[in-house]
Amino acid sequence: MELRNITKSFGDKKVLDKVNLNVKEGSAIVILGPSGCGKSTLLRCINGLEKTDDGELVFNNIKYGDEKTNWRNIRGQIGMVFQSYELYPHMNVLDNLLLSPTKVQKRDKNEVKEMAISLLKRVGLDDRLKSYPHQLSGGQKQRIAIVRALCMNPKLMLFDEVTASIDPEMVYEVLQVIRDLKNEGMTMIIVTHEMGFAKSASDHVIFMDSGNIVEQSSPNDFFSNPKEERTKQFLNKFLHL
Amino acid sequence: MQDNMNWLEFLISERVLLLDGIYQTIYVSLIALFYSLIGGLLVGFIRCIPNKISAFISRIYLESFRIIPLIVWLFAAFFLIPRFMGRGFSSEASAIWVFTLWGSAEIGELVKGAIQSLPTIQRESALALGLSKTQLYMYILIPQAVRRLIPTVINMATRIIKTTSMLDFVGVIEIVARSRQIIERTVEPFIIWSFVFFFFFFLCYPLTLWSRHLEKKFR
Ligand SMILES: Nc1ncnc2c1ncn2[C@@H]1O[C@H](COP(=O)(O)OP(=O)(O)O)[C@@H](O)[C@H]1O
Ligand SMILES: [Mg+2]
Repeated sequence: MELRNITKSFGDKKVLDKVNLNVKEGSAIVILGPSGCGKSTLLRCINGLEKTDDGELVFNNIKYGDEKTNWRNIRGQIGMVFQSYELYPHMNVLDNLLLSPTKVQKRDKNEVKEMAISLLKRVGLDDRLKSYPHQLSGGQKQRIAIVRALCMNPKLMLFDEVTASIDPEMVYEVLQVIRDLKNEGMTMIIVTHEMGFAKSASDHVIFMDSGNIVEQSSPNDFFSNPKEERTKQFLNKFLHL
Repeated sequence: MQDNMNWLEFLISERVLLLDGIYQTIYVSLIALFYSLIGGLLVGFIRCIPNKISAFISRIYLESFRIIPLIVWLFAAFFLIPRFMGRGFSSEASAIWVFTLWGSAEIGELVKGAIQSLPTIQRESALALGLSKTQLYMYILIPQAVRRLIPTVINMATRIIKTTSMLDFVGVIEIVARSRQIIERTVEPFIIWSFVFFFFFFLCYPLTLWSRHLEKKFR
């Protein structure tokens, strides 16, 4: 996945300013940055929830993002999980998982169901197949949201602060699922404020501020030896929290 | 006991007119509700279109039914429509027209509210999972909107039923009109109005309970 000079404004406010990013297959990158710096917008541009004003998106060596883009095809290959719980509240867990694979990708229901159950097993929730979202905790909902995206067989996963609105005690179980995904070689872009997780589970850390990538390096260098002043300020705030 | 028997016998002896009144009340209510549901869905979707002109027109439409009393609409329709459309228009037909326009405006507002009150994140996650606009409405938005709508639509049904009692004024022979006819002839207002009282109560109260039950269930 590659972003070249991605630019995006809301009105006359520039939210992304010529952002370049290269995510190698199988690598997990973490994006850090103060709130409002454009992290969510960046992820949303990648799967077309926001249209870019300028720049190029490349996925699997194919440029996309112009008028002719088949977004539904792209979105089938790029999974996204959001901060707020977004399971469909009127469907049970199984139906949440089956909807897109069967209706969008037209796959066989039994095949998807088998896959869904084995993924649920891996996140420890195969007993909740018939539960409705309101019967689940925040951590459980987020794990199921991740499984729902995985049922589409994505080649890239985008995570937008998926642990930001859940109970601190349940953050771990969600992060563990993402960690497992990384170990299996899933390509991922992860926006998070969990510094420990960023340090231990990523291949590459990106620091953004005001729509620009300020600094990027390996997690070790980033946390022990940040170069830019703004990065230091940002990290200091977290260390003194 | 003896008295009760007389009440019952009296009501049974007037059953033909009473049943006819009940039939008219329920008939007009059901037809008006049915058309209002169709009209309301249409109005609701139009109100969701982000277009200034259609928003303005539908706004005026809704407000004109909220500001002007329904009885005035009924008189206007009863006296004006035949003047322009010829005599073929029965009072029942103009009543159904007015009720349908009123019901569509109100239900349209409910439909719009039900669709727009669904959190944006649900549209976005559905789109992010590859659903098309049509699939988004078919599988995600409409099923949830309907759940939120059913209780309020049932309330609307009770409002329509209650409001049919106005139709006596414009010459629809529903239960109130029939009751007045019976009273004029028999001079038994107490029995007849008690009957009408309980008729509306036993028709509307279960609906209210049902709507409350569903509201709890879908929450
Ligand atoms: N739909 C929108 N319309 C207008 N402004 C927006 C919209 N979405 C985001 N913004 C603005 O863009 C900036 C970046 O937002 P966002 O990408 O959500 O930041 P982050 O995820 O880093 O907190 C913020 O200043 C926000 O107010
Ligand atoms: Mg954000």
